[in-house]
Amino acid sequence: MTKHQANWSPYDNNGGSCVAIAGADYCVIAADTRMSTGYNILTRDYSKITKLADKCVMASSGFQADVKALQKLLAARHLIYQHQHNKQMGCPAMAQLLSNTLYYKRFFPYYSFNVLGGLDNEGKGCVYTYDAVGSYERVGYSSQGSGSTLIIPFLDNQLKSPSPLLLPVQDAITPLSESEAVDLVKTVFASATERDIYTGDKLEIVVLNAEGIQREFMDLRKD
Amino acid sequence: MDQKPFSQGLLSSEADSQRTLYPYVTGTSVVALKYKDGILMAADMGGSYGSTLRYKSVERMKSIGKHSLLGASGELSDFQEILSYLDELILYDNMWDDGNSLGPKEVHSYLTRVMYNRRNKFNPLWSSLVLGGVKNGEKYLGMVSMIGVHFEDNHVATGFGNHLARPILREEWHENLSFEDGVKLLEKCMRVLLYRDRSAVNKLQIAKITEEGVTVSQPYSLKTFWGFSAFSNPTVGAEGSW
Repeated sequence: MTKHQANWSPYDNNGGSCVAIAGADYCVIAADTRMSTGYNILTRDYSKITKLADKCVMASSGFQADVKALQKLLAARHLIYQHQHNKQMGCPAMAQLLSNTLYYKRFFPYYSFNVLGGLDNEGKGCVYTYDAVGSYERVGYSSQGSGSTLIIPFLDNQLKSPSPLLLPVQDAITPLSESEAVDLVKTVFASATERDIYTGDKLEIVVLNAEGIQREFMDLRKD
Repeated sequence: MDQKPFSQGLLSSEADSQRTLYPYVTGTSVVALKYKDGILMAADMGGSYGSTLRYKSVERMKSIGKHSLLGASGELSDFQEILSYLDELILYDNMWDDGNSLGPKEVHSYLTRVMYNRRNKFNPLWSSLVLGGVKNGEKYLGMVSMIGVHFEDNHVATGFGNHLARPILREEWHENLSFEDGVKLLEKCMRVLLYRDRSAVNKLQIAKITEEGVTVSQPYSLKTFWGFSAFSNPTVGAEGSW
């Protein structure tokens, strides 16, 4: 009698890419809307972006069931925070909460690759980037997910972020205008779609600024 | 990726595990689509025991409450377990007697949580579920996998249906399909599955859910065509072959 081992994985990669770019008084968060498993596309119209607070939006890719569970948890925690403090959570606070939540499951991780975007307490754009177990830092721009290896080098080249090792400390926030940043995001996703099979179908772009939250969509290649 | 039984892994062996390791009696694909008045769902009536087509009258689609229809593929005993959970859910919902009833969105959400929590405990319900329904004029069609991956769309399929039926649906589905066109489209998908999925049986049911309620058709068979010349003289191009 052969010894039968477990034969299913609790994880799956449902693919997709996320990007966020911080500006002087805005933040752009974008993600594609394709959800895949293996070589199949499950659906072409699935949002990876969720609003956690008025000034804080998260885009996540990876294992969708974990992503959704994480989003639910953070939304619930935000509600409790609002009840206890009578105000919305700021982006830096949510960033710390996300990190702690991810590390809590350090030994059975949320397979979720997150990018948090929003406005900090001074109204400046902020982007936080995470790994699956909660390691995070504030950056001027970031990308996570299946297309990130294609996207990050291009953003490095276009946004010319200064080294964090320089003194005096230089701001990583891009001097680009809001519309220039949105155009850059569209370009970046069109490129990633060409070579990453898990990225495509449609692009969802969310812009956070002093006026509030705007959302726009752009078609991507469906192949 | 579809979960594949019978392979080496890192988790505990059969001898000391009380958890699900592999499915025994399984149902194959379920295919469903939104049409003008609601949802149409099709599933065959086969229950396979490995490579044996053991059971041929299995109803793999059941109505849930007033507004939902659940179809399942994968381990059939897990489907029965899920029906048992849903029975309790609907019972408690009815006992509230408050004029409100759980709609398909809520049932889908409940099922997602159940499947995800079982996955977290490393003891999954080995099923892929299709949940369709209509409530207050709003049509809903969603899917949940055995590890909790879930989504909603205009057409869904499980198992082999993802490979064979979804491409047909992507090409030919459109908004406001009539009932007849919807049934024809589903039958086209089921016919392809019948030809190409070895665990499919030629005895299927089509279920319809609209604002008025659920109707599950009587079992029937699809017409098939096997008279291809390549089948009647298969070795004509390769002498000596068999």
